[in-house]
Amino acid sequence: MPGAESSELVKVRVRVNGEPREGRVEPRTLLVDFLREHLNLTGTHIGCDTTYCGACTVILNGRAVKSCTLFAVMADGGEIITVEGLARDHTLHPIQEAFAECHGLQCGYCTPGMLMSTLNLLTRTPKPTDAQIRKDIAGNTCRCTGYQNIFKAVRAASAAMQKD
Amino acid sequence: MYPAPFRYHRVETVKEASRLLRELGEESRVIAGGQSLIPLMKMRLARPADLIDINRIPDLDVISRKNGELRFGALARHADIENSEIAAVIPLLRDCAAGIADVQVRNQGTIGGSLAEADPASDWCAALLALETSVHCVGGAGERVLALPDFLKDAYTTTLAHDELVQEVAVKVPQKNSGGSYVAFKRSAPVYPSASAAVQLTLADKNTCREIRIVIGCVGLTAIRAREAERELSGRALTAENIRAAGEAARGAAEPQGDLRGSADYKRALVAALVRRAIGIAARRARGETVPGGHLYAGR
Repeated sequence: MPGAESSELVKVRVRVNGEPREGRVEPRTLLVDFLREHLNLTGTHIGCDTTYCGACTVILNGRAVKSCTLFAVMADGGEIITVEGLARDHTLHPIQEAFAECHGLQCGYCTPGMLMSTLNLLTRTPKPTDAQIRKDIAGNTCRCTGYQNIFKAVRAASAAMQKD
Repeated sequence: MYPAPFRYHRVETVKEASRLLRELGEESRVIAGGQSLIPLMKMRLARPADLIDINRIPDLDVISRKNGELRFGALARHADIENSEIAAVIPLLRDCAAGIADVQVRNQGTIGGSLAEADPASDWCAALLALETSVHCVGGAGERVLALPDFLKDAYTTTLAHDELVQEVAVKVPQKNSGGSYVAFKRSAPVYPSASAAVQLTLADKNTCREIRIVIGCVGLTAIRAREAERELSGRALTAENIRAAGEAARGAAEPQGDLRGSADYKRALVAALVRRAIGIAARRARGETVPGGHLYAGR
């Protein structure tokens, strides 16, 4: 039987930003589309759709991944944090505050991915060097800022999170 | 972008994966990290009818040291190897792991998947050929161990049978007076390198090289062992002149194709420079120095 024209739906159960969520999807459904189309979490953006730009970055089981390059079914049973999970009770996360304060964005399209990569970095390395910041946001492309204000924002977020 | 539809299977053991590959036939494929396969599927360059997900196989990601070898379970992620204290005993491995694509891809992509994919621009294929590397495979016919040169056959082609999987990658720990390095040049983090060089050498005395392996990547259908370049240094003094001669011999061994990453001539010149640099780092490490290595980026 060539191909699988009527691929059966598969169940995907995940915790997203602490909430249990589930859906039935085709196996070919990408994690980013599951988040955006099935769970209505449209904060995670699709930029290049080719594993380059990092706009779709989310945290899966404690690690940053490009959600355009993972099938939703592969994340089944997993714990996901998206950009919607950063703010608490209408209070911005220190990383979001720092990006706003330092103007670490212009058009904002890449920002959800930048924020999640920053969270990934600062969770592991609370006081990163400039070289570590460079290395860790190298998988996120911004076409507006020239990155300098993004660096400043990551440094400011690191300092703010030390205080908390 | 959506891949063509496929059926999804999740397995708990390598043997079960092998059995499914056999039962489902030629249109079935294994998915590990998926960082090469999913992009290929989205571009419809790959259209498997069945995907067999091996990510849930217990302990297939373990990194250990046993009998003078480092052992990497097929599912060891590049980031696991980058951050592994066990793997740090061979600096060349960290050079390679720490610069493959970007953080997000390193968190997901696996060493077993990289070797099984056998991309001509693969970082792991070039890096691991500079070391004594063997690939432990499991299939319908049982288990077998292949030396890496016997495993890699051609571009995107290995000697794995259809129902065979990589279970473990084993790397012999080099002796004390040995040092190595992997250097790759990239236009930006998420892309494959334009060219790469892996060198592992053993010293006879402080300035004399006893044995050396030189491998160049991205400049042929597979990574290339540059034996002419090795002869320029094997048993000889590590002088600037001899190192330059090895770089020139490596330039001669390269068979690059011009593409978006540069013309064929550019890549030949690049590979000569990378080989010289890798030899320099390897020699200093063999003398016990701590020297940074790894990926270099355009414009930095």
